[in-house]
Amino acid sequence: MQSKATATLRPNTALPKVQLQNYVVYIFFAVVLGFFAITIGDKGFLSVMNLFNIARTTAMITVIAVAMTFVISAGELDLSVGSIAALSALTCGLVMQAGFAWPLAVVAGLAAGLIVGSLNGFFVTVIGIPSFLVTLGMMQFVRGLDMRVTYTNPIAISNKTYNMIFGSGSLFGIPSLLIWSVAVALLGFVVLKYTGFGREILATGGNRMAAEYSGVKTRRIKFAAFLLSGAAAALSGLLYTGMMQTARFNFGEGAELMAIAAVILGGTSLFGGKGTILGTFAGSLLIGTINNGLIIMGLDVSEQMMVAGGIIILAVAFGKKPAN
Amino acid sequence: MTQALILEMTDIRKSFGAIPVLKQVGFTLRKGEVHALMGGNGAGKSTLMKILTGVYRRDGGQVVIDGQPVDLPDATAAERAGVAMIFQEFSLVPTLTVAQNIFLKREPRFAGTPFINGAEMVRRSRAILDELGVDIDPNALVSSLSVGYMQIVEIAKALSKKARILVMDEPTSSLSEAETSALFELVGRLRASGISIVYISHRMAEILTLCDRVTVMRDGETVMTENCADLSVARIVDAMLGAGNTATFTWKDRAVPETARPVVQVRNLRLAKRIDDVSFDIREGEIVGLAGLMGSGRTEIAETLFGRRKAVSGEVIFNGAPVTSQADAIARGMALVPEDRRKFGLVLDHSVGANIILPNLDRFTRRLFVQDTAALQVVHSTIRDLSIKTDGPDKLSRLLSGGNQQKIVIGKWLVRAPRLLILDEPTIGVDIGAKSEIVDTVRAMADKGTAVLVISSELEELMAISDRILVLHGGRIAQSVNRRDVATEEELHHAIQGHSHSAPQHGAA
Repeated sequence: MQSKATATLRPNTALPKVQLQNYVVYIFFAVVLGFFAITIGDKGFLSVMNLFNIARTTAMITVIAVAMTFVISAGELDLSVGSIAALSALTCGLVMQAGFAWPLAVVAGLAAGLIVGSLNGFFVTVIGIPSFLVTLGMMQFVRGLDMRVTYTNPIAISNKTYNMIFGSGSLFGIPSLLIWSVAVALLGFVVLKYTGFGREILATGGNRMAAEYSGVKTRRIKFAAFLLSGAAAALSGLLYTGMMQTARFNFGEGAELMAIAAVILGGTSLFGGKGTILGTFAGSLLIGTINNGLIIMGLDVSEQMMVAGGIIILAVAFGKKPAN
Repeated sequence: MTQALILEMTDIRKSFGAIPVLKQVGFTLRKGEVHALMGGNGAGKSTLMKILTGVYRRDGGQVVIDGQPVDLPDATAAERAGVAMIFQEFSLVPTLTVAQNIFLKREPRFAGTPFINGAEMVRRSRAILDELGVDIDPNALVSSLSVGYMQIVEIAKALSKKARILVMDEPTSSLSEAETSALFELVGRLRASGISIVYISHRMAEILTLCDRVTVMRDGETVMTENCADLSVARIVDAMLGAGNTATFTWKDRAVPETARPVVQVRNLRLAKRIDDVSFDIREGEIVGLAGLMGSGRTEIAETLFGRRKAVSGEVIFNGAPVTSQADAIARGMALVPEDRRKFGLVLDHSVGANIILPNLDRFTRRLFVQDTAALQVVHSTIRDLSIKTDGPDKLSRLLSGGNQQKIVIGKWLVRAPRLLILDEPTIGVDIGAKSEIVDTVRAMADKGTAVLVISSELEELMAISDRILVLHGGRIAQSVNRRDVATEEELHHAIQGHSHSAPQHGAA
């Protein structure tokens, strides 16, 4: 039956039979979309404006979640991403405020993310502390730093070019935030699926010792995943800044949990070794759509949180392989 | 013959998926008997014992204990029926004391209260240990005990649960000689007190001295049950291998010219633990076997060669230059098939193809991207060359049998055509058919000039495959003998245990 041409070597396509678990995110997405279309379709849920709105508000989570897919696939976790986003936003804002050109501010913001990412990587791979603890501590530390640098004062961003590129503008009618998130997801998809680095990420998360004995430098791979995660979180901070045209200390609060939820909803294994960027993208959109629909339905924030949390648990429960 | 049976298993059947593992197996155990259960890896002996201990449920057949048919749906039921397994991988909690382990989850209480009576627990533990004739402090932490003593604590724990049938799986595999003889004495005392023991082991000499009867299993069937007194090693081996298989698992006298270039030269190697001073060479095309007890440092030597461990002193010269790191070893053509393939050899949840490609990613990556078409061809030819039984390259390696999994681990390195291939216990958990295929593959590699180092606890295997055998004892190479000068497994066995027989002696079989 299976011809040689369709056979692949990709670890995450290894299941021979179609397994419902792998598609649960798409099914849930369709169901949620259908439900909102019927109930609140006439209240503007289906308008192009609103759909773009969903895409825009989920862009930051998508960008973080794509990199988080690499981290989780490698068998680690990064909780510091939300606070990194704010750090990058503030760094970028301060550099612009000091009168430097915006590209320099962008570089500074990304550098802040890379520095924190490399610290995470150092403590996990060199010192050998579990990433949950390292990044939990780092989340606290960096959020504190975020509050300290401007004493929680916001920084207004008035540079038009910057704001257009990172968040407020659009190209051929397509919001720049959507372009950013699709571009990042596409890049992540190609890297995870088609490059040697991607394979090494999956092997490291699948069985670190076996990867190690096969010549994979698993520490280096994990370090790279944290760097990637730091950079993506920094980029999302720049996007927050562009969208809000300010930089604030509280950007990205709770983003780490949203991103992890998106990754797991998408079908990536929390234990590493199996990752899908397409699923992550769908998972992120699913979360964004739920939040958006609930707002239009008129639920207040407390109710939104409860419903969204319940749906996440339900979706993951459906996606779980039956325990044997 | 008239001795009462404590256990009677008849027509036991068990399949995993479509694969029958046990086909109408019969097994009996007399009161106060030590009964050896033997068979190659994959013969079905551990499955049979897992049915007896309630780990697996049988598909069919009957189990009668003490005249009563029993069901054994789970481990608790087996425990109630008086069956206990003494685990090879010990199931004690290292951070608790001996007494706490013996009475884990069954701690004696102060009457009428939920509070544990520690003094009573210690007293009763001491009584059991005294009965066993061993001097172990019930208050000692299990982590402070040697492996031999841990095993005795396991036995004490089983006896405290009123077990009458003990299943011992390779109990001497990690014991020193002194510990082994202490264990034998203990087994003798247990037998005298009416306890029945199923004794699983590969060590023939041990079985013939210790056991009353031997049952041999092969391919999921019982092929022989005999009194030990009537048996020889040769007959047991014949029964284990079966008529058809003996031919493929015999030694071939391969001639490696003395002048062949040494591929690896180990000089005065000293490691932090266990290895004091080890030197040897392996020449091009030569298969060298490394024999020694478990825990004698064989794996550590392999990992040092492979650049995974740093030597305290001494050096490893590979192809003329010292090995500086694992990456260096791999880049210059060294390959290691590690001991525990599930832990170190395979990403079990990845496909056969992904596993074969993993160490070869460098070869199939052009400008960052993996060339899947080219890689897939190599995967297909590897599957074909090693006759790996799989539906295709996409099948999860977890779903393959032990033998086919091992072929993946070997196959992934063969893609690189290594100059030195190190195999650490390559046939553990591998069925006899795959075993001889692996031996053939290794020979074919050596014929093409690859130097091979084989580490194995199965002497039969070392005798079959090696051109030369190194015996590791006391942190040194105690002997280096040409295979053609070794007449019997027994000679090798003595050398490993540290007896000072010179190898070319032709002793009794």
